[in-house]
Amino acid sequence: MKRFFAILKKEFRQIRRDPLSLGLLVFVPAMLLSLYGYALSFDVKHIRIAVLDDDQTPESRSLQDSLFQNPYFDRIATITSPREGAGLLDHGRVRAVLAIPRGYARSLARGEAVNLQVLVDASDANTATTTIGYFDALSDRINRRVRFAALTHAGVTPALQGVVLEPRIWFNPELSSAKFLVPGLIGLLLMLSAVVATSLSIVREKERETMEQIMVSPIRPRELILGKLLPYVLICLVTMSMVLLLGYFLFGVTIRGSFLLLGLTTLLFLFAALGMGVLISTVTRTQQMAFQVAVLASMLPAIILSGFIFPIQNMPVAIQGITYLIIPRYFVEAIRGIILKNASFIDIWPQLLGLLILGLLFNLLATGRTRKTA
Amino acid sequence: MSRDPSEPVIETRDLSKVFGRFTAVDRVSFSIRRGEIFGFLGPNGAGKSTTIRMLCGLLSSSSGTAQVNGHDINREPELIREAIGYMSQKFSLYRDLTVAENIAFFGGIYGLQGARLRDRTATVMTLAGLTGQENHLTGTLSGALQQRLALGCAILHEPPILFLDEPTSGVDPVSRREFWDLIRGLSARGITILVTTHFMDEAEFCDRLGFINAGRLIALDTPARIKTTTGSATLEAAFIKLAT
Repeated sequence: MKRFFAILKKEFRQIRRDPLSLGLLVFVPAMLLSLYGYALSFDVKHIRIAVLDDDQTPESRSLQDSLFQNPYFDRIATITSPREGAGLLDHGRVRAVLAIPRGYARSLARGEAVNLQVLVDASDANTATTTIGYFDALSDRINRRVRFAALTHAGVTPALQGVVLEPRIWFNPELSSAKFLVPGLIGLLLMLSAVVATSLSIVREKERETMEQIMVSPIRPRELILGKLLPYVLICLVTMSMVLLLGYFLFGVTIRGSFLLLGLTTLLFLFAALGMGVLISTVTRTQQMAFQVAVLASMLPAIILSGFIFPIQNMPVAIQGITYLIIPRYFVEAIRGIILKNASFIDIWPQLLGLLILGLLFNLLATGRTRKTA
Repeated sequence: MSRDPSEPVIETRDLSKVFGRFTAVDRVSFSIRRGEIFGFLGPNGAGKSTTIRMLCGLLSSSSGTAQVNGHDINREPELIREAIGYMSQKFSLYRDLTVAENIAFFGGIYGLQGARLRDRTATVMTLAGLTGQENHLTGTLSGALQQRLALGCAILHEPPILFLDEPTSGVDPVSRREFWDLIRGLSARGITILVTTHFMDEAEFCDRLGFINAGRLIALDTPARIKTTTGSATLEAAFIKLAT
């Protein structure tokens, strides 16, 4: 224990003497959160539209009115020929062109089918799908109104409305993607700073040969590793609080669940992430190399395989298997549950177990590799 | 520890270290008595550091046996670590910590605390000539002072055995001379010292020398006897005769 405290004290002294690194550890994640939080958004709004109205009737104008009344579509241009529309699409000035054919109002009145053409730029498939969905809803609305009018005209009072969907949106009623992304970002950023900081702090000692001086002493590997990790646990907890505060102030993400459970989850996560950092430090020799390996090994899987952006259930089975080894996979899911859904221990215990197992795995590997005799 | 003073404190028999196809240390056997200053002399890459690193438990041996303070290097490395001090040419101190903080740290990892730590700190500060500079950052000290502090940190826990791996490289001649005075003082107090060097003038300060070349021990005797048996005026001449 005395030896453990010696390492701990030394580590704090070195951190205090290097405020730049400490600042980077705490403020870079905060900065990245604000940056990513604003830039990364799946919300599809203000889709730029050009309209070709060959009908020029009150009905065709009423269609356009209902289209541009909401924030999803912006009218960029009113055009007079299909070629003009193709040009606008080619240059990316608009994402879609709506063409209302001549005779639109007449056909509607006669009860004939009308083809309403929408040209959609699908180079961004996600936005395109959403755009088509919005148009689908629009045509449904028009059809209902037309049928209702026709039936009334025929003297029938339609008592039945058919199926009326009543979605009740839980956990994120505004459907804001920030609420979904912020917990994921927390996982990503914390993973990055935890793994990089620990691997660097150990490799630095190897590079400066002070590690050798420690290795000839009677200290045990676990005293050394614990003493080096504990300060970073505290720093990462500060980073976590900082990022949560920012999430609240900038993106309105409130923590609905228990702080205690959130703390426990974070500690388990740090246990695993820091263990991975130590493991990386045992296989690298220079700080530069450790930094590169740490960034690659923490950030890439955290973005791609953690379910932070891409849902895991949509991945090929083999890739889904790999995600079981990804620390943020468990952390992101657990904190999303706690922050957005007020999840209880019962709801997220599989994630906590996953973190515990990965943590044990990485730490055992790391301690095993920190043999004192090469 | 009441031991026969003539009993060897360090003893190796056919100690070897092979890295892949390269034999760094080739069947080296020697023994060092209590209080002796034993010098390992040889060119860079001859196997001096590799031998020391095996004796310190930093490196495993490939074959042969070695005992340090009565403990086998492969079976009881932890008991050996309690009994040795180690200082290498890199003066492995924390340059971003103060003198006092370095001493507190190295004292700490050897389990020193309280009155004993205070007592030893004062002794080491005097020995290293650093009294009054406790709060200076180690990185701002001169090479010679860093070297003395590194030595001080290596003997904080009063080890009976001290390994010095090229302790004087990168230090000016006057400071080297003063450093050797320190070493002789430690030896006079019964500390056994194994030191490596490639400076022939320093070799004269050793009680006994081992000449090592290409991993092999090519001579093992007192400086005077090595010179007489080879009929050389200087150790350097003797070494060249033996090595070729």
